Amino acid sequence: MAAALINVPKKAKRGDIIEIKTLMSHIMETGYRHTTSGKIVPRDIITSFACRYNGEEIFRADLFPATAANPFISFFTVATESGKFDFEWIGDNGFSETAAASITVE
Amino acid sequence: MKVAATIVLASLLIAAGATLRPLTATEIPSAERRSGYTFMGPDTKAMQDDDTANPGMLGVLDGETLWKRKAGSAGKSCADCHDDARVSMKGVAARYPAYDKLLGRPVNLEQRINLCRARHQQAEPLPYEKHDLLALTAFVAEQSRGMAIAPDTTPELEPFVAKGRDFFMHRQGQLNLGCTNCHDDNWDKHLAGSAVTQAIPNGYPIYRLEWQSLGSLQRRLRNCITGMRAQNYDFGAPELVELELYLMARARGMPIETPAVRP
Repeated sequence: MAAALINVPKKAKRGDIIEIKTLMSHIMETGYRHTTSGKIVPRDIITSFACRYNGEEIFRADLFPATAANPFISFFTVATESGKFDFEWIGDNGFSETAAASITVE
Repeated sequence: MKVAATIVLASLLIAAGATLRPLTATEIPSAERRSGYTFMGPDTKAMQDDDTANPGMLGVLDGETLWKRKAGSAGKSCADCHDDARVSMKGVAARYPAYDKLLGRPVNLEQRINLCRARHQQAEPLPYEKHDLLALTAFVAEQSRGMAIAPDTTPELEPFVAKGRDFFMHRQGQLNLGCTNCHDDNWDKHLAGSAVTQAIPNGYPIYRLEWQSLGSLQRRLRNCITGMRAQNYDFGAPELVELELYLMARARGMPIETPAVRP
């Protein structure tokens, strides 16, 4: 039941610097922990995140085992034109989630 | 004879002192009560305040999905009986734990959800502290966000509140501590690097950064009991529900923050 929370301003003036906030539901198991019987808990993390603005990649991040559960990623961009932001998270065990948000630029 | 009478008198006084003192312990005056929120740093506060940064909201979202999902052999969802949670569940978490007539004892929100599953959905109970029960509880409790805690006033609950208070006031465990020794007497101090706080349960289920997940009030209580090196109780144990009941009575009038973020 993965879910993402996205915060993109609905409207912006052309040339405005806007903040984009994303929160993705994920356990981010490091792969370094052991069970009580000594077995390693296998790594299960998100390994990469990318954001595209009208098809063009504007932000990308690689994630590593030290990242906390439910990674919160926030970044800034310049509002250039109305359109769509596409977000993509990829991780271990075939984890792949997408989300989208639209913006009106005046 | 005179000596014996003095000893009896002295022991009576000691007994009176021993039983009276815990009951008149320095409970926090109403005006000085503070939510755990006020003890947090600006970053953690900002995390709780922004619904798109608060990871507890992920649980609330999942809870909303579960609310609408059919379960059990009755083939009903929560929404089939309760309809829109925004209306029907408003204020519910502010009142819990509440008295259950059939059981003749208080039940907390998690137990109420599982009773509903058993009685009306003919479904298996959701296991304590697993994501589904936490998510559903968080979704229900979030409907009371901002509302003042208003404990159930059923007269039958009084003895249970008293038992919870007793638990809170009495020393126990290898460290010989009672909850009151920290949360009433030393809430303005620190334990290691962390603020002690006042044990005001106004944001449960909380997203605790230390846990990296949502967790219930009982999980928090069990943490504290382990910390006192005392005999612990299972999730859902009557002792823990009674303690919850007393803590909510203690927090009467304070606003619900669910899903709160705590360090």
